[in-house]
Amino acid sequence: MPSLKDLRNRIASVKATQKITKAMQMVAAAKLRRAQTAAEAARPYAERMSSVLGNLASGIVVGPETPRLLAGTGSDRVHLLIVCTAERGLCGAFNSSIARLARDHANRLMAEGKTVKIICVGKKGYDILRRQFAQQIIELIDLRSVRQLGFEQGDMIAQKVLARFEAGEFDVATLFYSRFRSVIAQIPTAQHIIPAQIEASGTSSDAVYDYEPEEGEILATLLPRNLTVQIFRALLENAASEQGARMSAMDSATRNAGEMIKKQTMTYNRSRQAMITKELIEIISGAEAL
Amino acid sequence: MATFNFELVSPERVLFSGDVDAVVLPATEGDMTVLAGHAPTMTALKTGFLVITSTPGNGRRILVRGGFADVNQNGLTVLAERALPAEELTQEILDHEILQAEMAYDSTNDQAAKHAAESAVAQLREAKAALNF
Repeated sequence: MPSLKDLRNRIASVKATQKITKAMQMVAAAKLRRAQTAAEAARPYAERMSSVLGNLASGIVVGPETPRLLAGTGSDRVHLLIVCTAERGLCGAFNSSIARLARDHANRLMAEGKTVKIICVGKKGYDILRRQFAQQIIELIDLRSVRQLGFEQGDMIAQKVLARFEAGEFDVATLFYSRFRSVIAQIPTAQHIIPAQIEASGTSSDAVYDYEPEEGEILATLLPRNLTVQIFRALLENAASEQGARMSAMDSATRNAGEMIKKQTMTYNRSRQAMITKELIEIISGAEAL
Repeated sequence: MATFNFELVSPERVLFSGDVDAVVLPATEGDMTVLAGHAPTMTALKTGFLVITSTPGNGRRILVRGGFADVNQNGLTVLAERALPAEELTQEILDHEILQAEMAYDSTNDQAAKHAAESAVAQLREAKAALNF
């Protein structure tokens, strides 16, 4: 049976924790709003980009002249996994669910006898994956010093990926991130980015396009840019998902702390009452004995 | 005058969306004006001012840096890598852009990229002069 003082201390410490989780929840809510607007503002560009690319690619016959970013290298022996996670923890299952998806994917590929290479964006995913894939992780991209995610970060990562692709280090690239559905629903997603996935455009008409400069030249500049856009979009979706996950995690933590305080206070009051009753009985029985 | 639908999007946001009379694009092969009923065209953009005319004699200028324009039967879509409306431009922003373009020029050895960066610097200088900074 803990003493009254122990109980008091415990209640005080849970209350302090509750204050912290409550504050974190509110900070996450404020950040979420900003991240969500940014993610939504970026969507039109990414959508237009893929429809323009779809228009362009539908008119192209895959041949030896086709850029390798679109047609692939012709083999799928070496896979690159780009795993985007958060830089900070305390956001529920956010980091671990992305890492789990990536790990399952990597295990499946390795079971098929393929070579796997991993680039981690964000420290948390690296911490989780490095236990099992220390050999496979080739790079850790740290975005901790970045305060406001911009297009430059997406571009920086895309340039690194492109440089490795040009050097023939891998054949297929897959991007792992969490798609932001709502505050309580974030969906870990795997997206093929190299070779580019072109959705068949519904608006493909027989109208003949004029290209300025040449078709191939436009495609050659458009494809790397598409990669940047996809990565940038993943980063933004991830940022919004992270804040959403943190908000709901901290919300339930605050609620748990509240319940715990209630329970502890009840025990505290009970044992205080028991002590008073006991003392009274002692006094009364002492008086009766006289 | 016939109008057509025009959308200008940058990675960060949608800058313009609506019906316009004419748009002047800084295309890589020279400036071009898009009017309603333009033939389907796809062109790359260089650094320069994009001018939107929604009422005759009244233009809105937006500085774009690289990107693509897609004209089809639904209208014109411009995907700009970077877009800054002229009214938001300040000397600091322009100086920063010029510095970036100069750095791009210095950091590359590719002839085409060097040429592109050089013309970007020239265009930005011109923009700076045009805005009286």
